[in-house]
Amino acid sequence: MPFSSVEDVKTKLAAAGYLASDAIATTVFLASELGKPLLVEGPAGVGKTELSRAVAEASGADLVRLQCYEGVDESRAIYEWNHAKQLLRISAGQDETWSEAKSDIFSEEFLLPRPLLTAIRNENRTVLLIDETDKADVEIEGLLLEVLGDFQITIPELGTVTATQRPFVVLTSNATRELSEALRRRCLFLHIEFPSAELERDIVALKVPGLDTALADSLIRVVNALRAMPLRKAPSVSETLDWARTLVALGAEALDDEVVSESLGVVLKHTDDIEKARAQLDLESVLS
Amino acid sequence: MTSQVATRLVEFVEALRAKGVNAGPSETIDAGEVVRVLGMENRELLREGLAAALVRRGGQRDVFDQTFDLYFPAGVGRPESAREAEDMDVTQLRELLLMALLDRDPRTLAQIAEIAVDTLGQVGQPGTDTAGWSAYQTIDRLQPQTLIAAAMAMQGGGSGQGGHGLGTQFTDRLARDEIRRGVDAFREMVQSEARRRSAELRGRSLVAKHAVRNSQDRVDFLTANRQQLEELRRQVQPLARVLATRLSARRRRRRRGAIDMRRTLRRAMGTGGVPMRPVYEKPRPSRPELVLLCDVSGSVAGFSNFTMLLVQALSAQFSKVRVFAFVNAMAEVTEIVRDGAVSGGADIEPRIRQEARITKWHTSSDYGEAFLDFREFFLEAVGPRTAVLILGDARNNNQNPRFDALHEIAMRSRRTYWLNPEHHTRWGLGDSEALAYSEIVPMYECANVDQLTHFVTRLLPV
Repeated sequence: MPFSSVEDVKTKLAAAGYLASDAIATTVFLASELGKPLLVEGPAGVGKTELSRAVAEASGADLVRLQCYEGVDESRAIYEWNHAKQLLRISAGQDETWSEAKSDIFSEEFLLPRPLLTAIRNENRTVLLIDETDKADVEIEGLLLEVLGDFQITIPELGTVTATQRPFVVLTSNATRELSEALRRRCLFLHIEFPSAELERDIVALKVPGLDTALADSLIRVVNALRAMPLRKAPSVSETLDWARTLVALGAEALDDEVVSESLGVVLKHTDDIEKARAQLDLESVLS
Repeated sequence: MTSQVATRLVEFVEALRAKGVNAGPSETIDAGEVVRVLGMENRELLREGLAAALVRRGGQRDVFDQTFDLYFPAGVGRPESAREAEDMDVTQLRELLLMALLDRDPRTLAQIAEIAVDTLGQVGQPGTDTAGWSAYQTIDRLQPQTLIAAAMAMQGGGSGQGGHGLGTQFTDRLARDEIRRGVDAFREMVQSEARRRSAELRGRSLVAKHAVRNSQDRVDFLTANRQQLEELRRQVQPLARVLATRLSARRRRRRRGAIDMRRTLRRAMGTGGVPMRPVYEKPRPSRPELVLLCDVSGSVAGFSNFTMLLVQALSAQFSKVRVFAFVNAMAEVTEIVRDGAVSGGADIEPRIRQEARITKWHTSSDYGEAFLDFREFFLEAVGPRTAVLILGDARNNNQNPRFDALHEIAMRSRRTYWLNPEHHTRWGLGDSEALAYSEIVPMYECANVDQLTHFVTRLLPV
């Protein structure tokens, strides 16, 4: 096991550039101890995908990523035969019998492994990231159940491939579609919320070292105030970081009306959100 | 694991189940594993660990936390802090609370909550069945909301001396909201402490059953309070997007029409270059056209809150949404809703009442009359590509239900659905025409987010 305790998870993730809350560290530790897949949900931009990258780096594992989208299927997720190469091979060996050719073209050389097979065959420690699981069709969930259940894949022509070590599986979802109960059952569930003010301050300090601490404090207060407003898209950690970088680039020394109203577009992505925030933060006087 | 811990764990899972967290035996076993791996020493880690094993969706976390505090309390009996602060009175407590609010220090807040419940919250005769601890009484005596103004005044005085220029002034505007959030958090703490103390007297399962609020997705639209409505708004938003796309015409792939050459050739590789199975071009996603008919009469007052949430969310997503409101006359309110969406949505309902002609000579709802109106004035809004969504309880006050008008609307539309906030066992009772209407258009019970999710994700065909 790569981690010895929850604290250990925290330090190692921090060394990989990911500051984890108690909830995140505990769940990662449990997932690695119990060998269960980890289902991560939460608003966009709170570091769901980033988490698996950090876990891979912290535990010295390879990261294999399966990006889900509508219409992803077995041949994109598990494996595919390289048809073009097989055809070439057949036409190259003109005078051999069918059985000879057959045993040859269905061999390792003509197999195109896709993420799931790659992760299972990998000799090293592996972190398998199945990103945006909710975007995939329902049928793929059934497929995942099978693979994540016993970590083996059967290829009719080659036989069954079983994982030598269990990959650490992370599934992420943005909840555009309800994942099936069966899939949820098999996973540990982690809902990543916006971080607490202290944690977010540390994150900003780590990722944008050039920002003055007092400025970072007020920045985070403003972001938290924005999150409390009924906006279409509440600003997330990645927006906070973008904003912090913008402030550094602008050379701002303090958050005042002018700076905020100039750079509000970095944090809020909809015009009506920006208008709403302007009204609530009393920025109207600057506009006129 | 000792059998004591195991029993506690099973009781805990049972209490969660009663609150709608769907945890089966396999989750209980997971939870057991979690306790084995993490141990019981660190309560916060245990909380997160058990949540990972038992909670399956985001909305259930609140219930989980409250129940966890009951079954795995941080302490037993009178907290240490309360023992030390034996003779504190309301004024002193308020001063302490004011300082803690200014410091934004959650730990001190929690301690004050413990003391406050201990000194102010006791109800009933000690030693009898009526004894307990009341959060309501504590809050009522302490009046934390009245501290906001005082805190603001102190804050203003403080920044005058040591402020650093414009920056401080700007963040000062946030202070009021921050302190208000502090007060809200304090209120939560008092409630959870009162639950814990009462649970020791009355037994955990009883308190868990009555004092723990239902999980967010099972809150009834009809009875939701302001704070719950805020939460609902957040949950309805993404659902509305899904609903709108689902209601729009959507086919996976065409069975006829233009051939996608690139994909056909790519697929032909598998059959040696012979295109055996042609691939057709993906259909262009058709623009959803939505017509919403919303009952805004008094009998569904709570539901129409939700209706407005949904309508707002939908009209923010798509341009071709037309919204109609009625009590017994149909009026188009699309513009009002659109204007309202920009300004936050609080003024939509009053504006509809003032500006739209939704009643005729009486003020009780009449679906038949409303459908007739719609057929007469707005039927052109419904076409073969339109989905119609009716929101209301189908309580017609014994007027003529005019099935023919609804039938005509349903026939012209591509699809028509009816969402009814009443429990389905009450459909057809009294003046409800729900059963009769449901024979014309499919009607679904929709009283909370859970059911709305079910409708959107399971019942609507893709």
